[in-house]
Amino acid sequence: MFSSVLSASIQGMNICPIQVEADVSDGLPSFAMVGYVTSQVKEAQERVRTALKNTGIAIPPKRITVNLAPADIRKEGAGYDLPITAAILSAAGKIPRNLLRGVLMIGEVSLSGKCSPVSGILPIVMKARELGCHTCILPVQNALEGMLVPDIQVIGVESVRDMCEILQGKRKPVDGIQKNPAQPYSEEKYEDFQDVQGQEGARRAAEIAASGFHNLLLIGAPGTGKSMIAKRMPGILPELDKHESLEVSKIYSIAGLLPAEHPFITTRPFRSPHHTASAQALAGGGKNPKPGEVTLAHRGVLFLDEMPEFSKKSLEILRQPMEDRYIRLSRVQGNYCFPADFLLLAAMNPCPCGYYPDMNRCTCSQGEITGYLRKISQPLLDRIDLCAEADPMSYEELSANRKAESSSEIRRRVEKAVQIQKERYKNTDFRFNGDLPAKALEQYCILSSQGRELLRKAYDQLGISARAYHRILKVARTIADMENSEIIQKEHLQEAIGYRVLDKKYWR
Amino acid sequence: MEEIYHTDIECIDKSSSRYPKRLRNYKGMPKRLYVRGNLPRDDCPTVAVVGARRCSTYGSRQAYYYAKELSRAGIQVISGLALGVDGRAHSGALEGGTATYAVLGCGVDICYPRQHYDLYRQVWQSGGLISEQPPGTRPLGCYFPARNRIISALADVILVVEAREKSGALITVDFALEQGKTVYALPGPVDSSLSVGCHRLLEQGAGVAWSVQTLLGEWGLEGSTEETSAKKRHLRLASDLNLVYSCLDLQPKSPHEIIEMTHFSAKKVINSLTELELEGFVGRIGQKFYQKK
Repeated sequence: MFSSVLSASIQGMNICPIQVEADVSDGLPSFAMVGYVTSQVKEAQERVRTALKNTGIAIPPKRITVNLAPADIRKEGAGYDLPITAAILSAAGKIPRNLLRGVLMIGEVSLSGKCSPVSGILPIVMKARELGCHTCILPVQNALEGMLVPDIQVIGVESVRDMCEILQGKRKPVDGIQKNPAQPYSEEKYEDFQDVQGQEGARRAAEIAASGFHNLLLIGAPGTGKSMIAKRMPGILPELDKHESLEVSKIYSIAGLLPAEHPFITTRPFRSPHHTASAQALAGGGKNPKPGEVTLAHRGVLFLDEMPEFSKKSLEILRQPMEDRYIRLSRVQGNYCFPADFLLLAAMNPCPCGYYPDMNRCTCSQGEITGYLRKISQPLLDRIDLCAEADPMSYEELSANRKAESSSEIRRRVEKAVQIQKERYKNTDFRFNGDLPAKALEQYCILSSQGRELLRKAYDQLGISARAYHRILKVARTIADMENSEIIQKEHLQEAIGYRVLDKKYWR
Repeated sequence: MEEIYHTDIECIDKSSSRYPKRLRNYKGMPKRLYVRGNLPRDDCPTVAVVGARRCSTYGSRQAYYYAKELSRAGIQVISGLALGVDGRAHSGALEGGTATYAVLGCGVDICYPRQHYDLYRQVWQSGGLISEQPPGTRPLGCYFPARNRIISALADVILVVEAREKSGALITVDFALEQGKTVYALPGPVDSSLSVGCHRLLEQGAGVAWSVQTLLGEWGLEGSTEETSAKKRHLRLASDLNLVYSCLDLQPKSPHEIIEMTHFSAKKVINSLTELELEGFVGRIGQKFYQKK
């Protein structure tokens, strides 16, 4: 007899529905599995057979064939164990076939018959709802995550026996799980800016960056608090809205990084890969690619400490996602598109020893400095809007013991500026000033006459490039928004010019 | 014998009448010189400007200024085309108008360091590139101290701008003293390691190059005085700008340090610095600012 159950496969960020078909027919007892399955999936037959035996269900000694359709998609992982079990049981007549209609199943099965959790539940359940399923059956540990999706019944099962009984209606699904697992927003999640003494310039730059989602470069000698500022950055970014939270949670679900106890991410991601990170680690790697750091930092902060220490290959990966806000990976299987809308926060020393241009203390040769700066290409630098210097603290600052402005105060101002941008870009593709493409600048960046004059002067005298000019405009737009000014005034531009990223030839 | 490697590189033998007269007086001068462009004129006053490669903003600016003023007064500036003081001296001399010459430690067809390719072309056009090494010789460290003897021999006066205690510039000075040339050293801030070499020279009796005029006096020349008066011109700035400006000096400072000194907000300081930068009063290296005028 033939039977089939719906399951799903994760292809990059997309979910493909997979029909798990089983047929039990007469012939020599055998178990065959087909449908472009990897060895991970092939091993399912041993797990399923033993799990059934240990559950006390005997499979008839017949010829069992399992097919995972469509056969042109490569199937990976242990998530097919549960649907395979169900399909076999149904084909063997243990579960009525009609009970499996409109049900999506996923989950790993252990030899004892217990179910184990798998990753990617959130997007899979969303897909199930889209496909018109009425029920999803998942391992109980994943149930909380699945229940985030409204309008679909999610049943967590503990074991194969559990599944059979629930399907046959012998038992009601366990209903003890709270319905709203999203943790409430609390400020203690992030470290607070009030611990950062001094650093007025860098603090201000961080606030501007957060207000307009601009990429920021912090330069400073070792031990001046660059990482300290970076870690506090997510805390001053506006709160994730529901839609964004869902996006981020989906990514983390696929990456298998969603915490089981509160599977809905409400905090902005902060990713800080070590500088030994490979290009694949940043972009996303594997035959069926998993999200890389750029995707895990989606809607949050990607912090690259000691940027010139990253390999050039890894750094250049960032160029395309910074421009397009997604990353497209090509593999034999096809193209995979991952979202990658992050705020790049980079930190670096001005030279290998850290003291340039103080020639009394700097021990680097000109060649070393040049070599160090050369690691960061101009095209990458061109995508960074703001640059600030982090400075060593003086004794007075260190010992003053006064609390600086807290993150929540800064965030209140940031939220205001963001609100203005939301209004302005209501019917457009972009959301922040940092997203503005060059051609939209003219429309949104209206300068006062004094401002225009200043900009002309700057363009002529400071040797800024066309790209730098656009970046200055974008940053000035944000500074004007922070002061609730629709027209960009002279002082806004002045500040933007002050924080501009210099062409590398002016660094030495 | 004249070997022609390239059409534009000349080989001048010691027996040639074009061989610089200044070199004939000393022992150990090269048998032949390779020249791209011209040789320095024998009848023209000549100064050699030497100094640290990793120089400070102060050294870089003074090298440029002195070379420019001397060149403007009709003095040929000779240096080594190296990074730092040498390069700035050539740039200043090019601005001043009189031909400038570079003595290289490699073949004259090789530009070392690469960053100075522009300068290399300009010096070639203006004056000339000179080397005792045949064309094609790679820039090896061992050639460089030896070329310093040519620099000093070609000049009447040696001006040292910034040198650490053990600096290549001091090798040039040793040669110059052996050759009986006048040595001038530029005083610098006493707390800078880059001043030590110069100050030691001053202690040993080198001339104090405290103004361009002192140097010009060597040849009995007088420079234009406009430049100095322009330099002392009072900067008319708004009081806040003036305060920010007064916090700056030649050592690049970060906005943070200025915020600490003035107790202005970050925003105000950055705005003032940008205004000063646009007016050309301050320059910047990365995110650090220094006085320009």
